[in-house]
Amino acid sequence: MVEFIHLRKETQMLDLQTLEMLEKKAKEIRISTINEIAHLGKGHIGGAMSIVEILTYLYYHEMNIDSSNPKKEGRDRFVCSKGHAGPAVYATLADKGYFPADWLLTLNKGGTNLPSHCDMTKTPGVDFTTGSLGQGASAAAGIALGQKIKGESSFTYLIVGDGESQEGQIWEMAEFASTHKLGNLIAFTDFNRMQLDGYTKDVINMDNIDTRWLGFNWHVQRINGHDFTQLDYAIQQAKLATDRPSMIICDTIKSWGYKPGVGVTANHSMAVSEEDAKVAIAALEGGCV
Amino acid sequence: MRDTSDLGNMKDAVMAAIIDLAEEHKDVVMLEADLMTCLGSTGFKKKFPERFYNCGIAEANMVGVAAGLSSMGFVPFADSFGVFSSRRVYDQFFLSVNYAKQRVHLIGTDPGVVAQVNGGTHMPFEDIALMRQIPDLIIIDPSDGQSCYELIRQAYESGHSSYIRVGRRGITHRYPVGTKIELGKGIVLTEGDDVAIIAEGETLVNEAVKAVEILKEKGIKATLVDMHTIKPLDTELIEKLAKKTGRILVCENGRYAGGLGEAVAGHLAKVNPTKMDFVSVGEKFGEVGNLSYLIKAFNFSAEDIAAKAEALVK
Repeated sequence: MVEFIHLRKETQMLDLQTLEMLEKKAKEIRISTINEIAHLGKGHIGGAMSIVEILTYLYYHEMNIDSSNPKKEGRDRFVCSKGHAGPAVYATLADKGYFPADWLLTLNKGGTNLPSHCDMTKTPGVDFTTGSLGQGASAAAGIALGQKIKGESSFTYLIVGDGESQEGQIWEMAEFASTHKLGNLIAFTDFNRMQLDGYTKDVINMDNIDTRWLGFNWHVQRINGHDFTQLDYAIQQAKLATDRPSMIICDTIKSWGYKPGVGVTANHSMAVSEEDAKVAIAALEGGCV
Repeated sequence: MRDTSDLGNMKDAVMAAIIDLAEEHKDVVMLEADLMTCLGSTGFKKKFPERFYNCGIAEANMVGVAAGLSSMGFVPFADSFGVFSSRRVYDQFFLSVNYAKQRVHLIGTDPGVVAQVNGGTHMPFEDIALMRQIPDLIIIDPSDGQSCYELIRQAYESGHSSYIRVGRRGITHRYPVGTKIELGKGIVLTEGDDVAIIAEGETLVNEAVKAVEILKEKGIKATLVDMHTIKPLDTELIEKLAKKTGRILVCENGRYAGGLGEAVAGHLAKVNPTKMDFVSVGEKFGEVGNLSYLIKAFNFSAEDIAAKAEALVK
């Protein structure tokens, strides 16, 4: 069965100081992401905003990484298979010091190192190139397998979209990862219930996503993807499941933190004016999302 | 260099190359798509169980996993039938491997008519054209066991990704060990001033060798080249052939559109427009049959080649 939130003895609660730091960082990443896209005038705001807490938790509290040595041997790896969420990844990497923050305003402009979709050959800190949906998932499984072959104790973290999970390759990866017992692969589904053409239920129904992953013999949890204490708990539990890969289904809201996009079916990629950005950022700074 | 003259099948030469590379290089890993017994990769599994992974009947995932392994510093060899290694996994091989600048050697077995009784669904004529679209990718189609063994090793040493187009059953022993076999350099098999025949792959090179004899009897002297590397193309040799003979016939076990013939013609159109003709597949899908039937059905025979070469000369 899906393991709903319940505390186990071995779980350490997130302390208040860390929680406040993570919330502050998430807000900053949201603001940077909005600024990146507003500077260009349009972009994939919805799916970028919905993964901010996952990114923040991984980069500021979980992963063994070193921005001064992006290719460090034995590091944890991260693959954003929904490659169009690149702007949120870039905001995180810039804040971590992988590259200068002023690169963010070059998003998607000619000659940029920050293309619409994540590109490992261009952006320091990006562990794998993604953009053709489903493909990052297999690459992440390959990376996790490589870590195991090398005898590393590192983990591979993967984010897939709920719409992306309509791709058959996701399920080819699912059966491969469980067959090869990739316990070091910890995946998140950004379950924001929307895709380019609208709500998933109106395009291809993604209901029962948790039982689908259970059926593929994954360790499955379901949480609020915007809640750090739940992310903290779920990742700790996932790491305990060493005999199988883990899927953490994250219920999220597409465009969370960029109010003009919330509940708007066209929020997959939309115009973001400087004026809209100002209002949304003021709301974030005022404590509203 | 290993002498492959004792091997009985092309698949043995493929696996000898990969196993020898794996002995020498710890980064070599192998991925299969439920065709272990077809290629004989069971030998690799036995020798290096910790470096062998059967991905099942899920080729797209296999190529993605290979790409991920490459990013971890491994050099995967991944295997399937040519139809799946090209058509089915094209986007994965294009993006996750090549666009992402990863290094994977993808084996596509049973090219063109070599698919025999598994064709037409399993008969890849278009793999050459598809793979030619990928920047910096090496494409090889060796015509014998020794060149197969050596070219696979050279593809590994090149640091690039490659598409290895190769048959499995039976083997031609054309080049004795010690013959100069160089990736990207066609091998001149016969010299003649009247016409140049450029052939690729075991089936068409074998037919072309016979065609040269037919032409000889008719007093036509042909230069024959085994163009084992389709990409990068040996443009230097092609230019020499055009200058020497003024007539070029390109023979390939694949589709005309986007194939080796068009590659040669495209180059010559720029530097030295030359009278040309082509032995290849046009607007036809594959079909089943044994090799001798298919060679006739697709006009790949020595007689077909000789007739086209003769027409070029006249």
